[in-house]
Amino acid sequence: MAIEVRIPTILRTYTGGAKAVDAEGATLDELISNLESLHPGLKDRLIDQGNLRRFVNVYLNDEDVRFLGGLGTPVSDGDTVTVLPAVAGG
Amino acid sequence: MLTISQELVDKIVAHARADHPDEACGVIAGREGVPERFVPMENAERSPTFYRFDSMEQLRVWRDMDDRDEVPVVIYHSHTATEAYPSRTDVTYASEPDAHYVLVSTRDEDETEFRSYRILDGVITEEEVRFLP
Repeated sequence: MAIEVRIPTILRTYTGGAKAVDAEGATLDELISNLESLHPGLKDRLIDQGNLRRFVNVYLNDEDVRFLGGLGTPVSDGDTVTVLPAVAGG
Repeated sequence: MLTISQELVDKIVAHARADHPDEACGVIAGREGVPERFVPMENAERSPTFYRFDSMEQLRVWRDMDDRDEVPVVIYHSHTATEAYPSRTDVTYASEPDAHYVLVSTRDEDETEFRSYRILDGVITEEEVRFLP
């Protein structure tokens, strides 16, 4: 079993159009590194200077990872990670 | 071109007026480019110059749309002191390539500007709005 990562429309260019892809890792950070090896270019859209980008929301199951442990949040098989660009502006 | 019912337009404008002078924001969900379901969102910033969907509310609403095979056909927000034209920040954070970005201006008490745009790769393209009775 793996961890399902749900990809928003704007990032599906990196996943060949797939809405969801599988990846592995013990933490969110590892999961994103694994994603990068499978779908190069994705990591840079999620992480900036070692932190999650401010205007990208990442959820582990039903929680925003900002309220969990950020990139250090443990993940395990069967979890679902959802990526949603924040809807924001001025 | 955006084709939208007057009823939905009235709801967006009423939301913008109610939250004035803070910016109001929300989504019209629908299928195949047809805006149908009005989903007002909380502006987590509660600000007259900035808006951001609350992240937990956004997850719920996006999942709901997924379950119903809907997409965010329209993403709207208000400008409360300036014209209904996308700001630099609007362009920076625009992240739904298929959405119509609707801007409403409430700066004038008696008249509401209602305009629609595509925002793609940093480029703003205004489009015609057709109002259905």
